Amino acid sequence: MITVTNLTKRFGPTVAVDNISFEVHRGEILGFLGPNGAGKSTTMRILTCYMPPDEGKATLAGLDTFEDSLKIREKIGYLPENTPLYNDMGVVDYLKFIAEVRRIPHSKRKTRIKEVAQQCGLGKEELAKDIGQLSKGYRQRVGLAQALIHNPDILILDEPTVGLDPNQIIEIRRLIKDIGEEKTIILCSHILPEVQATCKRIIIIKEGKIVGSGTPEELAAQAQGEEIVYITIQGPQEQIQQQLDKLENTQEYHLLSSENTSHRFEIISKKGIDLRKDLFQLVVDNQWSLTEMQKTQITLEDVFKQLTTEEN
Amino acid sequence: MNNVYAVFKKEFRSYFNSPIAYIFITAFLVFSGWLFFRGFFLIGQATMRPFFSILPWEFLFFVPAVTMRLWAEEKKMGTMELLMTLPLKDGEIVIGKFLAAFLFLAITVLLTFTFPLTLYYLGKPDIGPILGGYIGALLMGAAYLSIGLFISGLTENQIVAFILSVFACFGLFIIGEPIVLTALPGWLAGFFSFLGLGAHFQSIGRGVIDSRDIIYYLSVIIFFLFLNTRFVESRKWR
Ligand SMILES: Nc1ncnc2c1ncn2[C@@H]1O[C@H](COP(=O)(O)OP(=O)(O)O)[C@@H](O)[C@H]1O
Ligand SMILES: [Mg+2]
Repeated sequence: MITVTNLTKRFGPTVAVDNISFEVHRGEILGFLGPNGAGKSTTMRILTCYMPPDEGKATLAGLDTFEDSLKIREKIGYLPENTPLYNDMGVVDYLKFIAEVRRIPHSKRKTRIKEVAQQCGLGKEELAKDIGQLSKGYRQRVGLAQALIHNPDILILDEPTVGLDPNQIIEIRRLIKDIGEEKTIILCSHILPEVQATCKRIIIIKEGKIVGSGTPEELAAQAQGEEIVYITIQGPQEQIQQQLDKLENTQEYHLLSSENTSHRFEIISKKGIDLRKDLFQLVVDNQWSLTEMQKTQITLEDVFKQLTTEEN
Repeated sequence: MNNVYAVFKKEFRSYFNSPIAYIFITAFLVFSGWLFFRGFFLIGQATMRPFFSILPWEFLFFVPAVTMRLWAEEKKMGTMELLMTLPLKDGEIVIGKFLAAFLFLAITVLLTFTFPLTLYYLGKPDIGPILGGYIGALLMGAAYLSIGLFISGLTENQIVAFILSVFACFGLFIIGEPIVLTALPGWLAGFFSFLGLGAHFQSIGRGVIDSRDIIYYLSVIIFFLFLNTRFVESRKWR
């Protein structure tokens, strides 16, 4: 349904999107996950034909964003970041305007607006207001309603729950999931639980590059078997670190804190290895003392953190 | 056509969604009315001449105020992104915005038609120049509008759009005025007086409708609407 090939977009010296390729299949909800400034919104702006890529191409439903821009725009519903809406317009007036531009026949506009308002949880009260008078949660619903009004095959949502309170977030996520039963959706977010809760597949993007992709299970499995051991050792720091450097079967370790002669480390193992025995032996051999040692499985959260925050 | 109409309606309605529209209309009417009736009672002239002669100057401030928000606001609020990703051609949006601004201006200007009606009861005004004056005013106003709309697309700050539009309209107006023309060599003066926004208005205002004047205004309008469309599109150039 959506094919992105070697897409690159620069703003002066910044490479906002750096040679990315991916696909979204019909009926799939794809989570586009990455920290702020990763290039998510820029990618969505290219997909929605708001700006062209510098290199590469994107096709939606077989249409090229550059050549068939108008046809693509007919087929997609788009909720841009921060939900830009006309504050001084009435909610119904606004939806009427969108319905008209979306070519919904005059006779069906009223019913369609009612339907989509109901679907998005907009009541009579909200419909009677100006957009500027709505709370953030309802504003978001108006944004969703305008994106859905023409029943598009493809839906692109850029950070749809930013700034909402927890209850609103749950409702909007549920709404997206319901809609996703029959549509192809890209959901951008910088919050892992958000995409985890709604998406079947996740692409993780960082500094314009794709750094991971797969179902939440696959992503977690990439790291499965890797374990994190937290250990606190009393002894000379330099010596401890020298020995840790030499230790086999570790991927990396970090010094978390130091207090007098007490040093706390986070040590990530290679796949399928339990480091605890080796670590214990190391402490005994060097006649340090061990005050803490515990092991945890790497979670998807850790994977996301690793992929997006650390320099690899 | 449907799309132009949809954009037109949205834009036209948005003028009346804030009190500013009413304030503008009132201010314009009060100021114009004062000029008109002052001439009428003080000098005893049953003529629209003072009203029409001051109109280009009134437009200089009134028209940029009408156009300043048309693009600048969309950019500032981010609604531009939603608008431009709807299945609308850039030209359709530009024309829809222009027509909305034009209707707003036309309504305001035509409300002053109550002035010549009073004249009609009190004196026997020459109807030709009055009709000509209104036609000329609408054409000149539309030309100012197209300039203001184009400039609004260059910035996301309404005040900047307003000030730049005032200067641009002033520049294009003043180059055709005697103050500038007398300082120029003859051949250039002819050219500048043709380019100036005001001279054509004065000639239409005499009640003589010359196709050259109409073509002049239409060219200015089309030129700036075209420029506006290109500029909106430039976002998409590679
Ligand atoms: N219009 C623009 N002009 C200049 N730089 C931009 C523009 N849009 C985005 N950027 C830059 O591109 C990078 C990616 O931004 P964006 O796509 O908004 O990231 P995200 O949506 O993932 O937070 C950022 O460094 C941002 O500053
Ligand atoms: Mg973003």
